[in-house]
Amino acid sequence: MAAEGQTIDALSQFELTPVLGKVGASVGFTQSAAHMLLAAVLITALVMYGMSKRAVVPGRLQALTESAYEFVQNLVVGQVGEEGKRFFPFVFTLFMFVLFGNMLGMLPYAFTYTSHIAVTFTLAAIVFVLITVVALVLHGKKFFGYFFPEGAPIWLAPIIIPVEIVSYLSRPISLSIRLFANMVAGHVMLKVFATFVVLLGGLGAIGPFVAALPLAVNIALVGFELLVAFLQAYVFAILTSIYLHDAVHLH
Amino acid sequence: MPQLDFGNPLMIAQIIWLLIIFGFLYFVLSAHALPRVESVLEERRTRITADLEAARAAKTEADAAMTAHREATARARAEAQAAIANALQQAQSEAQARTDELNARLAKQIEDAEARIAAARDAAMGALRQVAAETADSLVVKLTGRSDRAAVERAVDKVLGARGADEAVRARTVAAASAARLV
Repeated sequence: MAAEGQTIDALSQFELTPVLGKVGASVGFTQSAAHMLLAAVLITALVMYGMSKRAVVPGRLQALTESAYEFVQNLVVGQVGEEGKRFFPFVFTLFMFVLFGNMLGMLPYAFTYTSHIAVTFTLAAIVFVLITVVALVLHGKKFFGYFFPEGAPIWLAPIIIPVEIVSYLSRPISLSIRLFANMVAGHVMLKVFATFVVLLGGLGAIGPFVAALPLAVNIALVGFELLVAFLQAYVFAILTSIYLHDAVHLH
Repeated sequence: MPQLDFGNPLMIAQIIWLLIIFGFLYFVLSAHALPRVESVLEERRTRITADLEAARAAKTEADAAMTAHREATARARAEAQAAIANALQQAQSEAQARTDELNARLAKQIEDAEARIAAARDAAMGALRQVAAETADSLVVKLTGRSDRAAVERAVDKVLGARGADEAVRARTVAAASAARLV
């Protein structure tokens, strides 16, 4: 897309580039991995430092940590039930990792690792493997009864079973694409409108006035994207919990 | 779209790094960080429960003390009222007794006085009869020159019986009348 010598380049922001010089390049340590590491460190720091005082009446940071903890715990226990408590650390890690990935991506110059289908699909695949293994371990062969609901007429089996299998297999795909698409769409829009600001700003005397319009849109978009960033992390976590519920209870 | 460029070796590296970092984060959180949060929350829950229980115990105690206090007040009031009633009754009975005693003394004095009066009257009556008889006798003697004492006394008795007993002042009249009858 070329416009007057300048281009609207909305996609190069997703390109992977190695960081940390030669060492980073040799181990494929990209800015994406660097942001993952940053997110992991921030999450760990938040929890460890936030709880370091072990105050009975929490301060701000401790209150933040505790509310995140209780938020995810209520989510998991609400969906899976009391048995879900052993999956809580996993869902918490997942929720925080996605949330921090989304939120870090909102900072200028930052990279959004959740805008990579490879990342979101890997996370979804971990969830998929986990729920399948949990279901098999807890229910053994009975797990396959999941694909044919009890009480359904037997002659419907040829239709129901493929449908159920396809819907089960499509879980990681829908889970990963939802997050990936939301993040990509948001960042592309931000980039496009930001480029409009630059392009329109260069249109002589009226430029700055016209450029105010896409700028206003971008400001609104930032707020909207912050909402989406939280919402998508929540959706990822709650869908994981729902799948875990199915794995634990088989319907 | 760079995300779909799966031929890029950095893509594989990204997935490997994701697995490493995510696994590391999961390990740190599940082994160290989250139990810490849980322990703090648990501590708070225990503390709140303990505090609530202590507060409840204190309330029970206060209620018991309040009840005891109320009972003591009620008992004290009842005792005081009983004491007042007792004192009142005692005072009344004492007053009654004094009144009775006084009444009895007065009645006795009245009785004594009446007895004295009766005795005096009887004495006076006796004297009257004698005086009248003597006077009548002497009158009869003066008038007739003879003395009939028995007849005079009968006449005096008759007059006295007719006129009433207690009129000493009229002894003379009696005597005169008695004498007149005899004469």
